[in-house]
Amino acid sequence: MSLLINATILSNNQLNNNHYLMKFNSGQLAAVAKPGQFLHVKCGGTTDPLLRRPISIHSVNKDDGVVGLLYRVAGKGTKLLSQKKPGEILDVMGPLGNGFTMPNTAEKVAVVGGGIGIAPLYYLLQKMTAENITCKAYLGARTAAELLVVENIKKLGIDIQLASDDGSTGFHGPVTELLKDAPNIDRLYTCGPLPMMKAVAQLAGERGIPTQVSLEERMGCGVGACLACTCRVKTAGDNQYKRVCADGPVFNAGEVVWDD
Amino acid sequence: MTKPNLAVNIGGLQMKNPVTTASGTFGFGPEYSPYIDINQLGAVVVKGTTLKPRQGNPTPRMVETPSGILNSIGLQNPGVEYVIEHYLPYFKTLQTPVIVNISGDTVEDYAQVAEKLSQAGGVAALEVNISCPNVKKGGMAFGSDPAMAAEVTAAVRSATNLPLVVKLSPNVTDITKVAESVTKAGANALSLINTLLGMAIDINTGRPVLGNIMGGLSGPAVKPVALRAVWQVYDAVQLPIIGMGGISTAEDALEFIMAGASAVALGTANFINPRVAVEVVDGIEEYLTKNGINDVNELVGVAHS
Repeated sequence: MSLLINATILSNNQLNNNHYLMKFNSGQLAAVAKPGQFLHVKCGGTTDPLLRRPISIHSVNKDDGVVGLLYRVAGKGTKLLSQKKPGEILDVMGPLGNGFTMPNTAEKVAVVGGGIGIAPLYYLLQKMTAENITCKAYLGARTAAELLVVENIKKLGIDIQLASDDGSTGFHGPVTELLKDAPNIDRLYTCGPLPMMKAVAQLAGERGIPTQVSLEERMGCGVGACLACTCRVKTAGDNQYKRVCADGPVFNAGEVVWDD
Repeated sequence: MTKPNLAVNIGGLQMKNPVTTASGTFGFGPEYSPYIDINQLGAVVVKGTTLKPRQGNPTPRMVETPSGILNSIGLQNPGVEYVIEHYLPYFKTLQTPVIVNISGDTVEDYAQVAEKLSQAGGVAALEVNISCPNVKKGGMAFGSDPAMAAEVTAAVRSATNLPLVVKLSPNVTDITKVAESVTKAGANALSLINTLLGMAIDINTGRPVLGNIMGGLSGPAVKPVALRAVWQVYDAVQLPIIGMGGISTAEDALEFIMAGASAVALGTANFINPRVAVEVVDGIEEYLTKNGINDVNELVGVAHS
C-alpha cells in the first residue's frame, strides 16, 4: 500500500547546524508505515532540483496521525525542505521499500546508529518499546552536538550508550568499539556511515548475531522502476545488483557487498 | 459537444490515446500500478530487454543536473526469457498494449529477442533501441551510423511481424539520415529522442560523478533539443513519430504533437509525479475540447503549415 499525498506540515525545527525535524499530519500514512520504510519527498516547486528526495520515516504516532522526518541538509533539495513552514503542504510518496524485520518479543535487541543514521532507528525503537521488547541503543556521531534526538530516545525508556569522534561526550572513538564488549545481543539493527555499518556487520558476523542494515543511495523513481539506486549483494552465483528503493533499503548485513 | 477523438495509430499499433511511457523510466509496469491506472494510457513501453540478463553499470548511476538527470544504468535487465516467463502474464492482463524495448550487443541478438517475444505473444509492438548511450557494444553505436541502423532494423524486421518502432539517438550530426535509413529498412514508426550524452564531475573528489563516467541526459533540460529533432524527422520521413524528451505537462506534449509527433512518451517526469502520464492524457483532451478540435490527429504537425 503506497500513497501519493499532500500533507500539512505541523512543524519543521532546526536541531543543530544542519539537522532538522519535520512533523506533518497524515493518518493514512501513519496507519500503514513500517519502521525502516522511507518517503519520497518533493522538496521544491520548480524543475531544479528535479527529483524527489528519499527520506526515512523517523517517527509515527498512530493515535494522532503525526509522522516525523529527521533529515540533514546536504544539498539543494534538503535545503528547500528546511525552509518549509508549518501550514505549508508537503507532497510525499510512500511508504516505500521494505522495513526492518521485527524481532521476536523474547529477543534482546541492540540498535547502532551513526549520525543521521538514527533517523529510521527511532521509529523501530518506538515500535519495539510499544511491544515491550528489550532494546539498547548505541549511538555515535562526530561531536556531542551531532548526536540527535537522544532525549527523545531516553523518554522511550531505552538504555543508551554514547560515543563521539571528538570525545565531547560518551566514549571517545567509534561507537562500534562499545559494541565489542556488549553482552546478550540476540539481534542487531544499524544505520549510519558505510564504514560503521561495515564494522557492525563484521562484528555481528563473528558473533553470529542476525543483523539488518539500512542503506542509502541516490534515487530516481523510488519505486523500483529506474534501477539507479542499486547496491551489490552476494548471491549463490555472481554478485548481483539489487534496488535499494524496492528490494531494500533494509538488507540483511550478511548479503551486502561492502567493498564496492 | 461530443468527446474529441484521442485514438492514434502508430505504424499498425492502435492506441486509445497518444500517451505512453518512455522505456527505462517505467520498469515493467507493476512498479507504478499503486499510483495510476495503467489501462488509461495509450500504451506502455517497458524496460529495455536483451537476450541474456545484464548486470548494468557500476554505481553511482544517476546524478541530478539543472532541470535534468544524467543516468548510466547500462540496460540492467533480467533477460528475455525471464521477461517472457514473469512479465508476459501480467502484460496479458492489461487493457492497453505493451511495447517491449529491445536491445543487443549484436545484430543477431536483436533479431533473436524480437523472435522470442513475438512467438510468446502478449506483446503489441517492439521498440528497437539503437540509441542507448550507456553500453559499450550495440546501442548508440548502431544508431549513429545510418547503414548499421538499417542493418539492425532489417534483421528485426525479418524476425517478427509485430509493428516496429525504432528509437533514435540525438547524438548524431543529422538525425534525418538515420530516420530515412531505418524507414527504408522496414521500420513502421520512429521514437525520439533517447538521452543526450553528458557528464558531471565532483569537484571535491576531482572525479566524474557517474560510475560509468558518461551518462544520458533527460528531463526538462532536453525538451527543446527533442522538439527540434521531432520537427526535422517529421519533415524527412512519412512514418508516425512517438515524441519524447523532457515532456512533463500536457502543454509540452501538445508542442511535440504540433511539431509532428503522433504520440508522446513520458519519461523522467514519472519519477517526480507518478500520475503524470494520465494527467497528460486528460490535459490533451481538455485542450482539444476547449479549442473545438474533434480529433487529436488534426494537430499532428500543424506547426509546419
